[in-house]
Amino acid sequence: MDRASAAVVKYSPLLLVVVAWEMAVRLRIVSPSFLPEFSAVAVALWNLTVSLALPQHIGISLYRQAIGFALAVLCGVALGVGMARIRALELALRPVVTLVYPVPVVALFPLLALVLKLGDQLQISIILLGTILPVIITSFNAARGVDHYLIWSALNMGTSPRRVLWKIVIPAALPEILSGIRITLALSFVLMVASEQLGAVGGIGAFTLSAGENGYYAGMFAGVLTVAVMGFVADRLHLGLIQRLLRWKEDL
Amino acid sequence: MLRETGLTKIRASGVTKRFAIEPKGEVLAVAGVDFEVRENEFLAIVGPSGCGKSTFLYMVGGFLDVSEGEILVNGKPVRGPGPDRGIVFQHFALFPWLTAKRNILYGLEERQTPPAERERIAEELIQLMGLSGFEHAYPKQLSGGMKQRVAIARTLAFDPEVLLMDEPFGALDAQTRAMMQAELLRIWNQRKKTVLFVTHDVHEAVCLAERVVIMTARPGRIKAAVDTSDVHAWDGTAFRESRELVQKVNQIWDLLREEVAAAQRVVEAGKLRDG
Repeated sequence: MDRASAAVVKYSPLLLVVVAWEMAVRLRIVSPSFLPEFSAVAVALWNLTVSLALPQHIGISLYRQAIGFALAVLCGVALGVGMARIRALELALRPVVTLVYPVPVVALFPLLALVLKLGDQLQISIILLGTILPVIITSFNAARGVDHYLIWSALNMGTSPRRVLWKIVIPAALPEILSGIRITLALSFVLMVASEQLGAVGGIGAFTLSAGENGYYAGMFAGVLTVAVMGFVADRLHLGLIQRLLRWKEDL
Repeated sequence: MLRETGLTKIRASGVTKRFAIEPKGEVLAVAGVDFEVRENEFLAIVGPSGCGKSTFLYMVGGFLDVSEGEILVNGKPVRGPGPDRGIVFQHFALFPWLTAKRNILYGLEERQTPPAERERIAEELIQLMGLSGFEHAYPKQLSGGMKQRVAIARTLAFDPEVLLMDEPFGALDAQTRAMMQAELLRIWNQRKKTVLFVTHDVHEAVCLAERVVIMTARPGRIKAAVDTSDVHAWDGTAFRESRELVQKVNQIWDLLREEVAAAQRVVEAGKLRDG
């Protein structure tokens, strides 16, 4: 398939959804009081962008998402790989990780709000807590799964057991860690919006909530679309990073 | 073609290996192996699959501890991996994130060999192993034969006295395998090395080695050793089938047959038990 027809196949479902949306509302299959026309959302998107309201909210949200997620990745990878290499750490953390993993972090909002007070730190903590466990688990499994022949080869060639971590375990586990992070990245945007809707000053989540509460549905959907685009762009950037870092990978 | 093979390079005495299996049990993999490998000798170990021949090799390499007994290399007990023993694995174990050349340079970099010296050694090995033009290829871009060439070059780079080879050509097709066997003999003739070569291929063992040690089914013990130094299968350009070669292969097969049958029975029993 050539590039042009691939692009048609790739984007026509998206176009179809937009057209169906617009038609459904215009033909009154769906009442405009529930769902504004796509064109109205597009106009709202334009107005909110020009007035700089939307860019400001994006900035606030991205700040929270970036710090929370970066901390989750840094600490999560360190803990996960550490657990895979250090038996005592595994013993100590495994029950905590297994127990905490299914807890819906959003349900902890009132408690966290009490402890941390309202502010960016609250959103950052929720994003951090909600994404660190999958990162720990992926990193643990990735580091645990490293082919021991690679480690033996390195030991044979004079790498010290301590250095094996940096020279072999991390690069060998990197593909699995990065694909795990890619899935968690989407989750971080969900948590970003959810935590902002529970109580925040500014941010896309707070904006979407107040637009909805005030009956400004075109603005609310503009906010939702913005989150979708933010997630999409972040995913593309991460994919680009994967392709750069893993040029050596077999099936990339 | 006997060389100066007076000195003992590797001495194994009473080497036993037990593996713990969860929850409470153990498996005896190797049971009291005694033998010696002389300096610059090419020794092959054959045995049925699962007999512990690779386990034994990993203990010589220092990757696994012995449960009982002792392995001496140059008269010193083995305590972990060391640069005096280089290993080549069946599935190459190349670092996939490094190019062919960087794989070859790895050991030299880890040992902090001066850059100019590193470069010289790597270039020499790239020539020797016929890897020119593939220096900057990642392992994923190489065929099985080329990967094994890189793996051998990577091990030769730090110039170990002992070469431990764990079914190194087992993953290659027949033609590539014959090529690689010839390459290995050429290298062994060029650079003095003691070679401990594990294989389940009797023909390969007789073609390459000066002496073939036969191991029993698990738990692995030494059943017999057969001198194959008079076979001369390699005539400098090709491996030739000769009467001596066929005789030795038959002799080793006669020793091996009941062990292979015993190993098969263990496998079948396991299948029955595990359902």
